Amino acid sequence: MGKYRGRATTVLRPKTTQQVSDIVRWCASRDIPIVPQGGNTGLVGGSVPLHDELVVSLANMNTVRSFDPVSGILVADAGCILQSLTDYVAPHNHIMPIDLGAKGSCHIGGNVATNAGGLRLLRYGSLHGSVLGLEVVLPDGTILDQLTSLRKDNTGYDLKQLFIGAEGTLGIITGVSILTPPSPQASNNVILALPHFDNVQPLYKTVKRQLSEILSAFEFIDRTAYDLAVKHGQGRALSDEDVAGADCFVLVETSGGRREHDEEKLTDLLSSLLEADTPLINTGVLSQSPAQFSSLWALREGVTEAVSKEGKAYKYDISIPLASFKHVVDTTREHLRHAVKHVLGYGHVGDGNLHLNIVASAYTQEIQDALEPFVYELVASYRGSISAEHGIGAMKTHALHYSKNDVSIEWMKKIKALFDPRGIMNPGKVLE
Amino acid sequence: MRPSAARLLNILVPIKRAVDYAVKIRVNPQQTGIDLNVKHSMNPFDEIAVEEAVRLRERLKGAVASIKVVTIGPAKAAETLRTALAMGADSAVHVELPDSAPAPEPLGVAQALRALVRREAEREGGGVDLVIMGKQAIDDDAGQTGQMLAGLLGWGQATFASKLDVDAEGKSAVVMREIDGGSEEMSARLPLVVTTDLRLNEPRYASLPNIMKAKKKPIEKLTAADLGVDFTPRLETIKITEPPTRVGGGKVASVDELVAKLKEAGFTAV
Repeated sequence: MGKYRGRATTVLRPKTTQQVSDIVRWCASRDIPIVPQGGNTGLVGGSVPLHDELVVSLANMNTVRSFDPVSGILVADAGCILQSLTDYVAPHNHIMPIDLGAKGSCHIGGNVATNAGGLRLLRYGSLHGSVLGLEVVLPDGTILDQLTSLRKDNTGYDLKQLFIGAEGTLGIITGVSILTPPSPQASNNVILALPHFDNVQPLYKTVKRQLSEILSAFEFIDRTAYDLAVKHGQGRALSDEDVAGADCFVLVETSGGRREHDEEKLTDLLSSLLEADTPLINTGVLSQSPAQFSSLWALREGVTEAVSKEGKAYKYDISIPLASFKHVVDTTREHLRHAVKHVLGYGHVGDGNLHLNIVASAYTQEIQDALEPFVYELVASYRGSISAEHGIGAMKTHALHYSKNDVSIEWMKKIKALFDPRGIMNPGKVLE
Repeated sequence: MRPSAARLLNILVPIKRAVDYAVKIRVNPQQTGIDLNVKHSMNPFDEIAVEEAVRLRERLKGAVASIKVVTIGPAKAAETLRTALAMGADSAVHVELPDSAPAPEPLGVAQALRALVRREAEREGGGVDLVIMGKQAIDDDAGQTGQMLAGLLGWGQATFASKLDVDAEGKSAVVMREIDGGSEEMSARLPLVVTTDLRLNEPRYASLPNIMKAKKKPIEKLTAADLGVDFTPRLETIKITEPPTRVGGGKVASVDELVAKLKEAGFTAV
């Protein structure tokens, strides 16, 4: 994004856990701060050195350690790229439980460290559930081996959970044991055009009820986001007739075990939506081939890329009640008026996660001041989260208190001090 | 009575259900064929043909009387017909083959299409004026059916079309063809067989209301016997193999080494 610029002079690229441990031990003895770095795809500056920290890149730790096709448990080095793991388990008819736009560059270790959400969360849950074990190099160089591959293990405190979402502030994740679900045998998707945002919530209820277990994604794109995606060539646009009068769009994906069954359910849903007395949707398109399936997804996944082509983006990734999505986008737009080019919203309806993006011609202090703490206060007024899936990183440390109360922050600090008394591990991230 | 000047156009679009192009093809262990238990969809060139027929109707307003799609294949090929009907075709013909039947060859398909065209000619207001079809199917890549059909019918043919203009009144068409190093513009009288190339258009998504409407459109079922054709293959497939896996490149330390390696591999200076 060009928003964060590192100032490090040295990058080390260890190949083994032992090498990571040796590096950290040496740094600990000399109080040298460390920034662990994965694919460097984070959006909040969590993997960027703020001063002259030593960067430890996990890119050379990229081997799959084991995969059990019966249980679906994959054990891999932290530096494995998400897409390559997806390709690795695919012939065994499994898929990774997470999927996100940056899959071609992001590392599994970084995904776990940031507790990445992404497009499959609705179906497969968060990494707190699918990660079975971790291998972590602690801030004193000790290797904490919790790389178990057990579904059930209620023996004492579940330490690994602390590292999931800690953004590298408690240690460096070097290995991940993760449960991969069997790959669906059939997938379909459809983009629905809605006359106004108020219909999203009832539509979600209807879709959830009728599709039940085959629903795998329910994504929201507002009209501005859709228009930008089309403008910047992300996926083939719907016909003018289909988008006329649409205020926002919803992408619904199904994944199931039997194509005929899924298609029947989906067709029933779609006909009931079209034939309703007061239809929730204007119209929609149903993909007819894998090519169209990808093209429809590109309209949603491509919004991120389209936004960066359109201008300089201020990105907020917030959890708020679904009903308030539109209000938050509109209020922000109203607040900024003509200072920016676009204010748009898209995201994971199923998870209550809105991506609020503001596109401007340049990053300016004026816009920054207009946005913060405005957005954070708006989110706090809904008791929302100021970071649903992107993390806190360096960008939002000062704003942590909008989503976590004093007692919570105090205990986070105690945990940080316990693991990292010298404060060498990813300093300046998460906690101020 | 309306003036009887121009009879309206009838368009026939033959389509084929093929393994989707995004699917990675796997040869079966017996090397007799490929794994067919994968996602199928309409042959992409045929999808372009259907799209062009629908666009012709949009462009020519009332001048297109009917767009009929036809497929020859197993029961599941009916799904492909539904897709075409959802894109805007009016009716469909399914020449159904048993699941176990071998894939028909271009000549057999062309003969079946000729029989169908003759059958249509006997209908009132019928008579096919224009056949638009894919230039090839991506599964067997034969690329012969359109030409054979034109030959059998004694019609003109315009293959590899990248642009199609039809004059309904004058019963003629101007076609831009993709040829080596450029394109060729030609005009032809109807009836005509046009085969489509990739640049002709970009097929639309099937919209939900049209998908629902397509469920109510008629699909006529026929057999090879109804058309008096025999699909028995004239060719025998001996073996199917995957191309050899690509061997990775190597690094050389100097120009001399590079030259030596090139010589070793049989390359010499001109």
